[in-house]
Amino acid sequence: MKKLIAAFVLSLIPVLGFASGAVHLDSANIDLKDQAALQRGAKLYVNYCLGCHSLKYFRYQSLMAFDLTEDQIKQNLMPSGGKIGELMTNAMDGEQAAKWFGAPPPDLTLEARLKEGGADWIYTYLRGFYQDASRPLGVNNRIFPNVGMPHVLADLQGMQKAVFSEHQDKDGGKTKVFDRFEQLTPGQLSPKEYDGVARDLATFLTHVSEPMQLERQRLGIYAMIFMLVFFVLAYALKKEYWKDVH
Amino acid sequence: MATQETTTTGLLGWIDERFPLTKVWKEHLAEYYAPKNFNFWYFFGSLALLALVNQIVTGIWLAMSYKPSAAEAFASVEYIMRDVDWGWLLRYLHSTGASAFFIVVYLHMFRGLMYGSYRKPRELLWIIGMIIYIMMMATAFFGYLLPWGQMSFWGAQVIVNLFSSIPLVGPDIALWIRGDYVISDVTLNRFFAFHFAFPFILAALVFIHIVALHKVGSNNPDGVEIKKGPKGNRWSPTAPADGIPFHPYYTVKDIAGVAGFFIIFLAIVFFLPDFFGLFLEKPNFEPANPLKTPDHIAPVWYFTPYYAILRAVPSFAGTQFWGVAVMGLALVMFFFLPWLDRSPVKSIRYKGPLFKIALGVFAVSFVILAYLGMQPASPVKTLIAQICTALYFLFFLLMPWYSKIDKTKPAPERVTQ
Repeated sequence: MKKLIAAFVLSLIPVLGFASGAVHLDSANIDLKDQAALQRGAKLYVNYCLGCHSLKYFRYQSLMAFDLTEDQIKQNLMPSGGKIGELMTNAMDGEQAAKWFGAPPPDLTLEARLKEGGADWIYTYLRGFYQDASRPLGVNNRIFPNVGMPHVLADLQGMQKAVFSEHQDKDGGKTKVFDRFEQLTPGQLSPKEYDGVARDLATFLTHVSEPMQLERQRLGIYAMIFMLVFFVLAYALKKEYWKDVH
Repeated sequence: MATQETTTTGLLGWIDERFPLTKVWKEHLAEYYAPKNFNFWYFFGSLALLALVNQIVTGIWLAMSYKPSAAEAFASVEYIMRDVDWGWLLRYLHSTGASAFFIVVYLHMFRGLMYGSYRKPRELLWIIGMIIYIMMMATAFFGYLLPWGQMSFWGAQVIVNLFSSIPLVGPDIALWIRGDYVISDVTLNRFFAFHFAFPFILAALVFIHIVALHKVGSNNPDGVEIKKGPKGNRWSPTAPADGIPFHPYYTVKDIAGVAGFFIIFLAIVFFLPDFFGLFLEKPNFEPANPLKTPDHIAPVWYFTPYYAILRAVPSFAGTQFWGVAVMGLALVMFFFLPWLDRSPVKSIRYKGPLFKIALGVFAVSFVILAYLGMQPASPVKTLIAQICTALYFLFFLLMPWYSKIDKTKPAPERVTQ
């Protein structure tokens, strides 16, 4: 009977197989313990992103987790006169923004948990802008086709173009498949340095999406040790009691 | 189960004269005799109770900081995650706890199917259990709206719209459930009220479930009625010979089971709270947006078998009501189980190959339906869902036939070890 069930299940595998149409994401290799990366990410975010994308569930105060003092945050990362406990909001008017970009720029507090791939998605997205004259803002994105956002990091990265290769479909049509990027104009940073920028931002946003993540894992170890010891004791107690049942 | 008349003195004596404390303790724990041959599958009853308690306790504390309003709900969940001391732990215990509750209840039910725990004299016990299961589903459904994420909103929208397909009264029923033409602040408020109230009804039903259990006594992996067997054991001359006192034997055993459960449960809570997007779904990290339909709407995993059944049924005569009806019927089938099984034996240990194949195919179909319910529909997948739906129903509908002609082994008089 077991063979029968196994055969039944195996016969279903080909039809149930996962569709492999997902976009390939580059690996960001982030390290949430890297305080310098988190500090750089926070600075980049405040300078380049926060104007449009709020972090409205995250407080400036929480940046102290990156080895920063209250004064450092107030002087370098906050609008002047703000209170340290404030949420990282911005003055963007959603309705106006929708007119400018087609959609209001989303809040990014939970972006790393929302997107399939998390940090890798953000990393790939930030490195995926390319020149496209057909778009209103002159740029497109490899993993977010027809994105409404301009390439705000263009002065750092420079501008690149995407090279596509054409593939013949079975039914005679042609599909464009992304092949590689080619640098058109240089930016202030080398491609390697720019990858670092994308990685720092991905690290920062991953932290912001779940600030207690490392604490959670650290406590988890203790919870596991406690439960394993408790299990051994409980099992020994059960053994002792049950001696006289059999 | 004659409790010896003992007179206690002191505080306990004072209480016992006014409330049957010692009597209840003895009748339901210290002198409640359970079969001595419970195996692994018998952990899940006590674990289901633990899961319910976990949901109630963490839920009450979450409610202290949660705001059931469309404008504030999503932000209040993030407030709990970030600003409330230990809020993240309470929330993960609750979100993982919901899935854990369903896992242990599904295993608890499967145990019943394997060992014939639904058979006479436990029909009512089984039916009360099924009512608990359906109440649990309702509670989970109400609770899933509360985070007010995209999947919360659209999942609720889809499920409530199912009621619209009921002929004549459907649209009015859907309107009555929502309290509005769409899922809105009004809906969120009432779902919160129900989500808070239902667990206490669940607790009452669990009490009734245990009262019924203690009236008829536990079944066991051999399907032997220990009350009908010889009397007299080490503890009492009138107790079933194959019974042992629930306390301390099964209390210490269940504590070990609880520890084992917590090892797995807390590993998920602390290391994989999203559980690959199954326990916390990705689209739910975006606030509900009535103007933006997600690409793919799927209910949480514990509802997906029924969702797959719903989608497998084609619309007919211009209405999709049939899918809803068949889905409802899929749950109703369980209620009739005690009268569908005509086998002379209870336990799968002594049942023949037909029942074993039927149960195996049923379980595999259920798991495949659960998987398909999470996936976007395609013609091939719909066909598989239709086959699995048919197999699901055939398990019940053909049972009177295959359980009767099956080659069973003789069941023993006494429990085996």
